[in-house]
Parts: sequence; C-alpha cells; structure tokens
Amino acid sequence: MSDTFKLVVDGKEVEVPREYTLLQACEEAGAEIPRFCFHERLSVAGNCRMCLVQWEGAPKPIASCAQTVGDMRMNPDGSPPNINTKGEYVENARNGVMEFLLINHPLDCPICDQGGECDLQDQAVAYGRSDSRYEMNKRAVEDKNMGPLVKTIMTRCIQCTRCVRFVAEVAGVEEIGMISRGEDAEITTYLEQSLTSELSGNVIDLCPVGALTSKPYAFNARPWELRKTESIDVMDAIGSSIRVDAKGAAVMRIMPRVNEEVNEEWLSDKSRFVWDGLGRQRLDTPYVRENGKLRPADWSEALSVVAEKLKGDASRIAAFAGDLACVEGMKAAKDLMIAVGATALDCRLSGQKLGITPSGDALPRESYILNPTLMGVEEADALLIIGANPRVEAAVWNARIRKAWLWNDLKVGLIGEPHDLTYDYTHVASSTSGLNDLGAFGDVLKNAKKPMIVVGEQAVVGDSGYATLKAAHELALECGAIVSGDDAWAGFGVLHNAASRVGALDVGFLPGEGAKSASEHLSSNCADLDTVILLGVDEVPMSQFGDSFVVYLGSHGDAGASRADVILPTAAYTEKNATYVNTEGRVQMTTAAVQPKGAAKEEWAIFRALSDLVGKTLPYNSADQLRDALREDVPSFAGMNFAPGNAGAEALSAPLPAATESLSDDPVFCPIGDFYLTNPIARASATMAECSLQKQTLEVSAAAE
Amino acid sequence: MLEDKDRIFTNLYGREDWSLEAAKKRGAWHLTRDMLQCGRDWICDQIKASGLRGRGGAGFPTGLKWTFMPKQVGDRPHYLVVNADESEPGTCKDRDIMRHDPHLLIEGCLVASYAMRAHACYIYLRGEYIYERERMEAAVKEAYEAKLIGKDNVHGWDFDVYIHHGAGAYICGEETALLESLEGKKGQPRLKPPFPANAGLYGCPTTVNNVESIAVAPTILRRGAEWFSSFGRDNNKGTKVFCISGHVNKPCNVEEAMSIPMKQLIEEHCGGVRGGWENLKAVIPGGSSVPLLPREICDTVLMDFDALREVRSGLGTAGMIVMDNSTDIVKAIARISYFYKHESCGQCTPCREGTGWMWRVLERMARGEAEHSEIDMLLDVAGQVEGHTICALGDAAAWPVQGLIRHFRHEIEERISNYRIGKPLVQGASVAAE
Repeated sequence: MSDTFKLVVDGKEVEVPREYTLLQACEEAGAEIPRFCFHERLSVAGNCRMCLVQWEGAPKPIASCAQTVGDMRMNPDGSPPNINTKGEYVENARNGVMEFLLINHPLDCPICDQGGECDLQDQAVAYGRSDSRYEMNKRAVEDKNMGPLVKTIMTRCIQCTRCVRFVAEVAGVEEIGMISRGEDAEITTYLEQSLTSELSGNVIDLCPVGALTSKPYAFNARPWELRKTESIDVMDAIGSSIRVDAKGAAVMRIMPRVNEEVNEEWLSDKSRFVWDGLGRQRLDTPYVRENGKLRPADWSEALSVVAEKLKGDASRIAAFAGDLACVEGMKAAKDLMIAVGATALDCRLSGQKLGITPSGDALPRESYILNPTLMGVEEADALLIIGANPRVEAAVWNARIRKAWLWNDLKVGLIGEPHDLTYDYTHVASSTSGLNDLGAFGDVLKNAKKPMIVVGEQAVVGDSGYATLKAAHELALECGAIVSGDDAWAGFGVLHNAASRVGALDVGFLPGEGAKSASEHLSSNCADLDTVILLGVDEVPMSQFGDSFVVYLGSHGDAGASRADVILPTAAYTEKNATYVNTEGRVQMTTAAVQPKGAAKEEWAIFRALSDLVGKTLPYNSADQLRDALREDVPSFAGMNFAPGNAGAEALSAPLPAATESLSDDPVFCPIGDFYLTNPIARASATMAECSLQKQTLEVSAAAE
Repeated sequence: MLEDKDRIFTNLYGREDWSLEAAKKRGAWHLTRDMLQCGRDWICDQIKASGLRGRGGAGFPTGLKWTFMPKQVGDRPHYLVVNADESEPGTCKDRDIMRHDPHLLIEGCLVASYAMRAHACYIYLRGEYIYERERMEAAVKEAYEAKLIGKDNVHGWDFDVYIHHGAGAYICGEETALLESLEGKKGQPRLKPPFPANAGLYGCPTTVNNVESIAVAPTILRRGAEWFSSFGRDNNKGTKVFCISGHVNKPCNVEEAMSIPMKQLIEEHCGGVRGGWENLKAVIPGGSSVPLLPREICDTVLMDFDALREVRSGLGTAGMIVMDNSTDIVKAIARISYFYKHESCGQCTPCREGTGWMWRVLERMARGEAEHSEIDMLLDVAGQVEGHTICALGDAAAWPVQGLIRHFRHEIEERISNYRIGKPLVQGASVAAE
C-alpha cells in the first residue's frame, strides 16, 4: 500500500499522505473548509458538523474532519474518489448546521469580546441566513466559574468541546467537561472550581465563540483598534513567540504566535496575563537616596552619582544580572566594567555552577543550553529530569513532554522533589546523589534509542552543583544520549528558568580571573564590595548587599528598587527591541510595542552614557552598532531564531573537566515557590496576584480535606 | 400463521419455567458442543445462509457482520457485546426473551463468541430492566454452575459472560455509545470509522449484536439454515418477534414469519384494531423512530425490511404502535419528538439543536398555534437533521416528523386554520391581552 492517496477535490487532483483527514486534504487542494470543533492539535471530535463535504456516491454528506483519507474507497471504476466542497448540496448542509448553531446563540455580538475575531461571526457571514426562522425563546445557560483568568458567558457556547479536549489532552488536568445531554448540555469545570492548569488561558484562544473570553481583558478593547506587534516572551526561559496587542501607550493583551519549534501555539498563563503588571509599579524617573530616603532626580544627577562610584576602587565594584536582563544591557554593562577594570560580574545569583567550573575554567556553550531542543522531546523515547519541575519552570514545554508521553510512549524519570507533572514518571531519587544509582530507570535510559537528560538550574546550585552537571553529562555519555555524526543526537541539556540566563552566559557575564562569584559575595553580605550594580536583580534577599552602594536598573519598583541607593529606570520587554537567548540557545528578539514609561531608558544606553562620564567611552552609538560588536565577540549571536540542537553532539562527546566535590544527599527543591509571582512584572500584576491567591486557597482547601 | 413447531422462543409468554432444566427440555444447550466442533466457518456460513438480518433495527446481515472480525486474535482480545439496551418506544421483544428464555441468549452468546474468537461477552442491559437483570444474572449463574460457560466448560471454549446494567439512556443503545458507556464514560456515540470490529470495546475488535439476533443463532444452527430461510421473502428471511401495542384488542409480543401482511398480523394475533380495521388511523411499524403509515398502506403492506422500505418506512425493531381514529396524530408525533429531544446526547449540532426545535414547533402545531408556512419549514429542518449527525439518532428524530407531514399534512393544516377562526388577526394579540 502506498503512503499517499489520490483524490479529486472540486475537480482538482491531489495526492496526500494516507493519515491526513479529508479536511486537510481539501485544504491541500486549496479549498476552504469551515470548522468549529476541529483543531490541528487536539483529537478529532467531529461534533460541530460544519465541515461537511460531498463524497460523490456516498449517501450522506461526510464530516471531513473525521474522515481519514486512507480509509476512503476508490470509485467503482477505480478512479480516485470525487469530493465536492462547494455547490448547492454542500452549501445546503452547512447552511443547515449554521442555522442550528445560531438558533440558541445570543445575538450579542456588539457587547461580546470575541466580536471581530469570532469564528462563528465570520462563518455566519458565509453560511448564515439573513433572518431567523426560529421564533421561540433562545436557551439561556448559567455562567460558570473558571477562575480569575477565564470569563464565561455560557449562553454563547456551541458545545464544540475544544476546551474539554484541550485541558484533558494538552494541559493534562481533566477539569472541564460536558454535563447533561441534548439541548441541556453544558460545559463546566469540575464543581465549578478554578482551573489549576498553568495553560488555562489557551482555552480562550481555542474557543471559537465568545463563551470563554479573557477576564482581565474584558470590555477593554476591540481587536481592530489594537496595534499588533510580534515579539518574544521573557517570563520563562522558553522564549515563547507572542503578539503584543497595544492601544495607545498601554499593552492591552498578549497572545501566542505559532512557533512549532518553541511554543507550538500555546502560552502559559503568566506570559499571557502579566500585561497588567506592565502598567503598575513602574519606575518612570531616576531616584537618588538622600538621608535614607529615595527622592526623584533627573538623569544627569543620577548618572553623575553612579559615575563617581564607578571611579572608585575597581576591585570593589560588582555587577549582577537578574532574570529579565536583556543581552544588550548585559553586553554594555560588561564592557563598561571591563573598561573601569572591574571583574566581579555574575548572572548566577543563586550559585548555579554553569558556564565556568568552580575553579574558573571555561565550559563549552553546550554544557549550559538545552541541546536536544524543546521540540526534540518528541523524538526522544526516555527522559530523565534532574532537579527541575518543568510544569512551573517551563509550563509550555511541559505540555510538549506530556504530548510525547501520551502519543510517543516517552518514559520519564525524575530526580528531585516529586510534583504532579500531569504525566506519569518514575521518581528515581530526591537528591542528586541518586545519579549514582538510577535503579530500573537506568535500564530504561540504556535501552532507549534517543535518551534525553535534562538538568534543571536548581540541580546545579550549591557546592555540589558542578559535580551534578558533570555526573549528568557522564550519564549521558554512558547511556548513549550523545551521538555525533550523521544521526547526531545531543541528548543532554540544561533547562533554565529565567529568560536572561543563557544570554548572560553567552555574553560571558561571569566572574573574571580571580574574582569571586555572586553567591560568594552575597553569602558574605558583600563585605568586599563598595558598589554593586544590579540589572533587575530582585530575587535575592536584599540584606545580602550589606552596606554596599546599590545601583538598581530595572523597570518595576520591587525588592531591588527599595534597597537601591540610585534607581535608573529602564524599559520593560514590551518597550524595547532587545535580544534574549532561550534555554535551547535560540537567539530571539523582542520588538517594542509601546514607548518606555516616563523617563525610562534602555539599559545599554544608560551604560553608554555612564561610560562617557567615567571617561571610558564605549565604542558604539546605537543598539545596532552594539549588536555588531556582540556578533564579532560571540559568534553564536550571529544566527537568529535558530537552536543549534544536535550540532552540539560533537562538543558534548568530550568529557567535562573533572569535579572535585561529590554529589549531594540534600533533596532538590523546586526553585519556584509561586508560579504566578516569579518576577517584578508578575508581582506588579493584579491578575497574577489573584491567581496566586486562588491557588493558595485551593491548596489550603485540599490540605484541609 | 407460524406453527408452534417452528417457533424459536417457545417460552415467550413465560408459561413455563425459565430455568436451565426447563430450558434444556425445550431444546436449549442441545448439541452446542457439536455446533462448535463444526468450526467457525461453518457457523458463520450457516448464519449467512439463513439470511438472518440484525434484529436491532438496521437489519445488517448478522453472519456477514461476524466475518468482519479479524481472522486471528492479535495482541488485543476479541469481544462480543450484546445490546440489551432495548429502549425504542413500542419495543419489548428482548425483555421477554431475557425474562423467559434467557438460556437461548446465553447459548447464543457462546456460539457467537466462539465464531468470533471472543472469550468474553458483555450483555449491556437497559437501566430500567431490573427484573430482567436479576433473571439474566440467575441464568448466567446456572450456566456457570452447570459448566456450560466459564473456564474449562463442557464446550471446550473458555468463555465468560458479564451482565452490565446501564443507567437508562436511550442513546446507549447506539452501539458505539454503548461501548463508551460500558467503558465507564459518558454515553456518546463515537465517530465511525473505525468500526467496532476494528476498534471497539477498549479499542479491541468487538461485535455488537442485538439480543434477538444472538438468541436465534443456536436454534438456526440446530435446525439448519434452510429451515430458517424457509420463512419470509428473499432478503427478509426467518421468523421475528413482533411487538404490537396501542389500539388493538390484545396487545402482544408474537413470533411470526417475516413478510407476514401487517393486517393479518394485527387481526390474527391481536384481536384486530379497536373498533374494527376501518377505525385504524395509522401504524408506526418499527418502533417510534420510523415514519408512520396511514391505513391505505397498512391494508396491504408486508412486515419485512424491504416492503416497509418501499413505502418509505422501516421494519426497525418491529415494535408496532397501532393508532385508531381517536388518536390526535399530531400530538402523538409531538410526544415522540419530545422523547428524541430528551434523549439526544448533545454531542453534535444538528441533533442537539434540531430535536428541540422540531418538538417545539410540533407542540404548537398540535394546538394549531402555528403558521401554514411552518409545515414546510419543519420539513426542511427535519431534512437538515437527517443524515447530518454522527449517529442515527438524528435520523430517528427526523423520520417520524417527515412521516407525519407526508401522510397527515392535511390534518395539521386543518388544525392551524381552525385555531385561527374567531381569533384576532393580529399576531401576538392574545399575548398582549393576557
């Protein structure tokens, strides 16, 4: 049997793979098929009946989404089957379905948030009648509680069950379902509780009508008023592709873009709903601390205060980069620090042993990126996660792991604190010393064709951190996870949890020769430092900066700003064109959707200005010139939007330098206590606060039971 | 008239004991082992040659259906599922079979399962069938104790029967919805293909048969395909249990030869129509889902698949509902419409929305409170439901309405006209006055 199947669609012959659905085959032939329930990434439900087509010879119209092409028969004379997607027969059938959908659908488009981007509205133009023949009362359905993110107007629901299938299949929490039957069928959450998924916002995109809409965005804007900017998300190290919709100076909402290699078409709730945080708690003017109190200052005053400090003893100056820092800012900061002679740079504030060995030897790039790539998990047949909770550290990727587990029979093992990851896994050990003996899962890895070993950031924190990295890499070598050559497979990688980290490591935002690491400085309360420059560092205890003079660059008034002696306001990720490198080593750029708030500036420009004041002018006058210099320094920045992936196998074949410490017996805990509040923007968001509260309430009530 | 010697269900009326001893005396479990020894192909060939068509309503040739199962058992076991979710209004044949002749069914399960290489059979009973469930469980227990079924039974084919009690949803009589329900999910029909013979219960090859189709199989094998096919016209062979209810003098279940004229069936077995044949208004010949037939057609029509198809109705389950002239036919069909609206699973659009629409319009029409133009609209809506749904419930809901309009349009029109006489002409005036 050949792998392809021939059929004639509207008189045009096409040949498609046998596993295609008829709907896909028709689209291949250029025909447009209306649909509500069908979605490429969900199982086929075949219940809306909008995609009916005519198969010549069949007694009834065929639901094209549910018909696999390979199951079709040839015509009696052996010629390929004829499909009609147009004509009176098909039109008539679809008009009928559309009429049925509309008889109980409220005509409240003028006040519906879906208006303007509603599948039902669009298709009603093509298939709807101009008047209604249904003169009885319409059905009304009570709205359901789905939590703080998803607003429900269930009267509008057309029971396509996309949301039901999404939470069950992709999100992995069976919390939405259809109750009752016939006309009384209703979509609801289990006992009307909030959804507990980190991906719940995606049901808003999936809903083809206005039944599930965004609660925070409710009645805020119309889609045609919005300025749409394609950009990159920085809430986690995945770097999901997003579209920022703005009106005037405000970001009104954030939507996912399709990017098969990164986020498919999903987006985590934090990335989607954090936008209200972009308008709150913003630093819009420089501040200088005077008599223990911060007071607004102008740029020249604030910069000259900092410049004065930079002219001090260079060995007592440090610069630390936080979770949201962009590559341009870190590059400029690093150049300035080198120019003034300071070497105490670091981006690994919790003490991750990445980028360099504890003794200061450089490690290859492949040792700190996710070489197998996010998409690679779909090829893998065994996955060992060491010290990470992908459900909160990389929620969108977790859905992909689940997909591989569900459809490809991926075996998952976990070292670290056990969590509900939405799929079954073998809990190998709680501490990294479990790497010494993997038990039965060791055999699973050895027998796997494409094993994948992923080290979480938390696993490489602390004294034994490098030993863990080294042991994991050795394991990868042992179990055949690294194969170079034609069938290259680089099944070893690090899963980061902050957008800035890989970019920082690429830039080399690391301690120079003889310099102490950030964690060493912090544990000694920065006793060796006079001045500390923070690029959006908010996640460490501020008391650890001791008596040093703290210069804070950031966009939000959070922990760092309240400790700072000088605040230099910067643009947030929606307000600048900035480079970020995701956990796979994929270089991506955000695009400015709105203007920076108030007097806020981009980080690199601030450092460029400072360099003038200290008399060590940096050699670039624009972001483009800076990026040119960057590409010259670090070749990996030359390729945009691409992950090196299996090309890293070569470099990984060599063993890493020996480790002096041994593995730890302490359990590895998840570094993210609250998924919704991991960074200053999220902490400024009222929506995220509500989600966090909701989650705690659910946890408390679950604990009480 | 079918002679007593040719009846398969000799205890249909429960005049004798149902239990194993008595059933054996009536012929059940006789030569079963020999039948199995004749081989699977022989069994399937005999059933095919007998011309037995599925008794659940669709009339698909049973022997042919059995051969659709894979010829080898792969890594997935085979299953036989018996559809005892008899919920079609007007139908009660399976109930009496299970009440009074349960061993014929159990024997049939064994024979059919053997023919399809299944070691397990599930009998899915309608939720309301409490006594039938108790009876079936008792009969299965007897069969186990007598080693007729179970592990290492006397027939040499390990075989288990499980009785599963549904929760009382009409849709669970649809074979794939039944399988969903059996798996513990909400009873909603699946998309076909894949057909159950490919991926049925728990994704394994499964055949779903009606109680009657399975229960007649052992007797066919015992007496020969030729005997069975000596009844009825070509393509409509065998005997069949007819359920006659409604306005007849003696409503009953009766086993008769296929292709018996409807009039003969009613006159001979049911004591005729209440008030005489002339008082007949219409008959729904095959359970509530098939279009009704007016008296002119009932005069001559034969009771079999093809004859009823020719008059644009169907044999269905052969549950005849007889209505005399005292019947308010519009109201009757409106009630049937309500049933389908109530039992629609709500999965796909045309049925979910269309059944309610049709019912509401019919309710008004039954009162006369409608427009003449709505009759055509109703017909159009019924046409939009028919054939556009996942399962056949959409068709089942549309056909009675189409039958009504086809044969009794004049009555609806009359009612609408009469309703208007003496009423204000302004639409909605009566509402405003209230």
